[in-house]
Amino acid sequence: MPPRTSGSSGILECSGNLDTVSFSMPDPILVTRKLGKRFGKRWAVRNVDLAVQRGDIFGFLGPNGAGKSTTIRMVLSLIRPTEGDVHLFGHSLRSERSAALRRVGGIVERPDFYLYLSAIRNLELVGALTGGVHRHRIDEVLDLVGLLSRGRDLVKTYSHGMKQRLGIAQALLTDPELVVLDEPTNGLDPQGMKEVRELIRSLAHDRQKTIILSSHLLHEVELVANRMAIIHQGELAVQGSVKELLEGAGSAVMVGASPLRTAAAVCRRHRAVRSVEVNEADLRVAIDTKAVPHLVASLVRAKVRVTMVRPVRSLEEYFLSITEQAQGT
Amino acid sequence: MARLFWAELVKTFLKKRTYLGFLIALVVVPLIELAMASEGEFFIRRVMRNLANDFLILGNLFNGWTVAYQVMNALWIHVPLLITFVAGDMLSGEATAGTYRLMLIKPVSRTKILLAKALATLLYVVVFIAFLAALSVGLALALLGSGDLVVFQRGLLILAEADVAWRFMVAYLLALAPMFTIASIAFCFSSFVENAIGPIVATMGVIIVFTIITVMSLEAFEAVRPYLFTTHMVVWQKAFEDPVNWHAITASLLNLAFYTGAALLGAWAVFTRKDILS
Ligand SMILES: Nc1ncnc2c1ncn2[C@@H]1O[C@H](COP(=O)(O)OP(=O)(O)OP(=O)(O)O)[C@@H](O)[C@H]1O
Ligand SMILES: [Mg+2]
Repeated sequence: MPPRTSGSSGILECSGNLDTVSFSMPDPILVTRKLGKRFGKRWAVRNVDLAVQRGDIFGFLGPNGAGKSTTIRMVLSLIRPTEGDVHLFGHSLRSERSAALRRVGGIVERPDFYLYLSAIRNLELVGALTGGVHRHRIDEVLDLVGLLSRGRDLVKTYSHGMKQRLGIAQALLTDPELVVLDEPTNGLDPQGMKEVRELIRSLAHDRQKTIILSSHLLHEVELVANRMAIIHQGELAVQGSVKELLEGAGSAVMVGASPLRTAAAVCRRHRAVRSVEVNEADLRVAIDTKAVPHLVASLVRAKVRVTMVRPVRSLEEYFLSITEQAQGT
Repeated sequence: MARLFWAELVKTFLKKRTYLGFLIALVVVPLIELAMASEGEFFIRRVMRNLANDFLILGNLFNGWTVAYQVMNALWIHVPLLITFVAGDMLSGEATAGTYRLMLIKPVSRTKILLAKALATLLYVVVFIAFLAALSVGLALALLGSGDLVVFQRGLLILAEADVAWRFMVAYLLALAPMFTIASIAFCFSSFVENAIGPIVATMGVIIVFTIITVMSLEAFEAVRPYLFTTHMVVWQKAFEDPVNWHAITASLLNLAFYTGAALLGAWAVFTRKDILS
């Protein structure tokens, strides 16, 4: 894995062995400042300050209608912000649009194409907008998303999942450094979702791409992203490293113990425990962090061999708490 | 820019909609010409409004040129509709298909994209009018042969056989101008909306309203009439006057150029500022 910055601390990080020490500095590729969009009287997005660093897989999370697509439309210059600005690679989208978008590729919402043309022809047309692409490159991106054998077929004959993959191929066509994907797994089957996730990981790790990935599926972001932001009702609720946000407060613990059944029974009986989930080799116990030592003591008293106690906080709970919180205000 | 233009041509000319006009022309033009041919001499007598009784007609006045001229007279009001089918879809079609989202996130200015689209639209008009010209003149000549041309505009005019071919050339070239204007107006409306119906209906609406003002002989309309593009849509007929009034032709072309320019400028103003929400 290449060295990558973590968190928003801005501290120099050093990795690798002695003779190949490499430094990676926080290198913002995308910065938005006070970004806002108003439709009529309603603000769809307001005061959004995003910072995406080079090498990030940045999860942009929010429930339906939160303003993800609207933000992405502003980032990709489809709509003009009502206030604020977007900076891509240091260029302002307002004043240097072409320079800002030169190293960016993306898809926004549904993957739509010229249905009456083949996938290859569609990619040629997209390529023509940026000075043309070689046929070789078209085959390369089609291969990358597993559509090479269907390249000559009309897009009309494609399934939704195939169009989604063609959308990703299109985003990668000019080999951009920043790839913005708005709900790329929307409408895919579990296998398709897994493939897209793997593709995103390999783009980031093997091809050093920076990726922004919007989703309303928390699971999705949790699995691939290293940094994330949650948007709710048009405003950013939180932004930071996924790891740090997860460790923010451990309201659940994974417990490795044997015998597992007895352990589960003890946990269920414990007053501070909210729920117990029995997995194959461990338990997921929802509990207030302060009560964990007491729970462990109870387990030991019940002659359970405790092999592991690890605090976790799934993004899902986090996401729910954030959105509920935002709703409360 | 050449690539952008190429891309627009590919999109336009691989679309079925583009060939609707061609298909209709391919049915209607032979139909009219065959019908005229089967009427034969009676037809020419009717065109001459029974004046033929007072003339001694030498030679063959019922020929391909006369029929081709009549076809042009019959079609010039309908061809605009066919052109709006394509021009009205040029921008709105991308919104309908959702493909604005593919195009307009690229580091190429919207002005250039619009220019490529406008040029593709105008090229379509040229190809379509050239097709109409070749079909109607070619078929008429093949069916009925050449001869002198009878024109009935402000009076009866008979143009000698040798004096006719170039007039058709000029007439069809002149006919391009109003078609450019109409295409540009449909193109402009097309920049506002997300499907092609609106621009087609709106453009035809403008033509109908303007034509009514142009045709009705009312005092109130007198003053505005020279400024409406519909007054100049028949500029091609001036190629069949003798002598040809080039001053009047230039004035008409300037008027049409003004409307064309204004419509394209309007499209530009809308398109480059437009929020893409489709
Ligand atoms: N064209 C529009 N006119 C008015 N309001 C709009 C328009 N487009 C979006 N909105 C509003 O902006 C808000 C954000 O919408 P947006 O599409 O950005 O949400 P999203 O986070 O992408 O949701 P989803 O997960 O459903 O895709 C919504 O409240 C929506 O109603
Ligand atoms: Mg969305």
